Amino acid sequence: MIWFIAKRLLAAVPTLLAVLTVVFIIVRIVPGDPALVILGDQATAEAAAALRTRLGLDQPMWVQYWNFVSNALTGNFGASLVTGRPILEEVGAVLPHTIDLTLASMVLGVVVGVPVGIWAALHRNRAIDVAARVLSLIGLSFPVFVSGIYLLLLFGLYWRLFPVIGNADLSDPVDRLHKVVLPAVALGLTMAAYITRVTRSAMLHALGEDYIRTARAKGVPWRRVVWVHGLRNASLPVVTVVGLYVGILIGNSVLTEIVFNRPGLGKIIVGALNQRDYAMLQGLMVIYCFLIVVVNLVTDLLYGVMDPRVKQA
Amino acid sequence: MLAKAALDVEDLRTEFRIAGTWRAAVRGVSFSLERNETLALVGESGCGKSVTALSIMGLVQPPLGRVAGGSILLDGQEVAGLSEAQWETLRGDRIGMIFQEPMTSLNPVMTVGDQVAEALVIHKGLSRAAALEKTRALFEEVKIPSPATRLREYPHQFSGGMRQRVMIAMALACEPAVLLADEPTTALDVTIQAQVLGLLADLRERHGMAVLFITHNLGVVAQIADRVAVMYAGQIVEEGPVANIFAAPAHPYTRALFAAIPRLDQPHQALSAIPGRVPPLDAMPVGCAFASRCPQKRAGCEEPQVLVPIGAAHRARCHVATGATACAAAVLNE
Repeated sequence: MIWFIAKRLLAAVPTLLAVLTVVFIIVRIVPGDPALVILGDQATAEAAAALRTRLGLDQPMWVQYWNFVSNALTGNFGASLVTGRPILEEVGAVLPHTIDLTLASMVLGVVVGVPVGIWAALHRNRAIDVAARVLSLIGLSFPVFVSGIYLLLLFGLYWRLFPVIGNADLSDPVDRLHKVVLPAVALGLTMAAYITRVTRSAMLHALGEDYIRTARAKGVPWRRVVWVHGLRNASLPVVTVVGLYVGILIGNSVLTEIVFNRPGLGKIIVGALNQRDYAMLQGLMVIYCFLIVVVNLVTDLLYGVMDPRVKQA
Repeated sequence: MLAKAALDVEDLRTEFRIAGTWRAAVRGVSFSLERNETLALVGESGCGKSVTALSIMGLVQPPLGRVAGGSILLDGQEVAGLSEAQWETLRGDRIGMIFQEPMTSLNPVMTVGDQVAEALVIHKGLSRAAALEKTRALFEEVKIPSPATRLREYPHQFSGGMRQRVMIAMALACEPAVLLADEPTTALDVTIQAQVLGLLADLRERHGMAVLFITHNLGVVAQIADRVAVMYAGQIVEEGPVANIFAAPAHPYTRALFAAIPRLDQPHQALSAIPGRVPPLDAMPVGCAFASRCPQKRAGCEEPQVLVPIGAAHRARCHVATGATACAAAVLNE
């Protein structure tokens, strides 16, 4: 098991290097002199040259690459061009909000999606199954910015159960929970719809397998056949999809944070775009990719725990 | 008093729902099986062999299929029509089954030890530790090398032959009176096949089980069975001791099956196949189902055929071979 974890960790290293390389190249093939973009076209040649030296842009390409990669790997992404504060610090200040939202949505997606999916699979083609399929299709078809606005209208303005502005006090868990509910529902129900469909088909697939017949032939009660033999196998594809979907959740948090007025990574990205904060964007690209790589790594490790066949490979 | 048969199937009828209509896949199958006896059920794919076995296991269930008639006596107890909860106490305890596909019949995410022990925990109320200890002994009995370590391994770490031994250990765990073996060696290569057949014969001897052995391989039948029942289109068309059937097959279908076996002493023969196809379930004729493919077809074949004795414990369902028609049999019965 330790060997398996070590191998997976080692395999993540080239991925991270590739991510850094791609970001490095993207930033440099974008047309325009970064110094002029930052200073504006009224800047003097001396000022631009000074800024280039400060940013290290006058150094040879490989030195720039080495500095960028080694800085990124030690967590140094430079400073925001707008506020002058280190990027990691800016991100660290809002990251808990994004993590709250992502985790809450994921928990909601799994807690709703998995049981409904199993339930639908066990009542295949009956009313429950059809209802689950139709509802999940509707859930999938609603973009967050639409469902979010309706949720805000109903629960925020009409019934006034939840706040419209989601800037939570991080030191107060009740406040954090209260303010994450609506955005998590908006984001989580789409995920729940998706997980329902995946769980349903994985469960149907598993229940059609020969080993289910074997389990029944040795007299295992149906309930145990479903929950032990069926679910353990069906959970493998579900875990993969949950892992992939967490990546989507992190990406979708951009929209959710705007609609619900929450601080977070997405909010910073939009701010950086509006203010042409290139240093910030470059840092955020890397941080997003790191997050996705970490989520995939966790999924991989979880897979290794759940499926004995994976460790061999 | 007569000794009760371990398994007595009488006039079994199993139907499946095809496009809204119930069609019979097994039509009036009857046989009985004593302890320490092996009956081979032979026939081509789709003739109803496996469905017969699954019906005996109570695994043909609505909405897809149903046991529509007949009786199944397990040690004298009627089991046809039991509730699912009652079936669960019988399956794996008093009747065990092994399947054709050892590669897919084991749960890939459970250790083989736990899979075998599960039956013991459920039926015998053993603790997991005690059940695993018993499983180790079972693995020894089915000749799995170093059973204590292999117990903790997963199916993908086993070869096909070894997996089938695990399946056998699982089916035998609770010492059932009846073992149903549905083509257990078909997916194995020939040397492994011989080992598994030898093992099954040994185990039957030691535990005195009744074995229903389903196969389409007549070579396997000769090796393992005491009696043979040949099935065609959901019916038993001939039944008798292995020696009689091999020496003097009576039904034209049985003869065609034997003729289809390639022979080593005639190297240049063309392989003989039976022309035509099995009638589909929704177009089953009233008379002999084999008539459309039969070289000896004549008047009377369109009448319903009856299974009548033609020798000691040897029966066939063909008026040409037996001289019996349905009307004659009805008269005889009165």
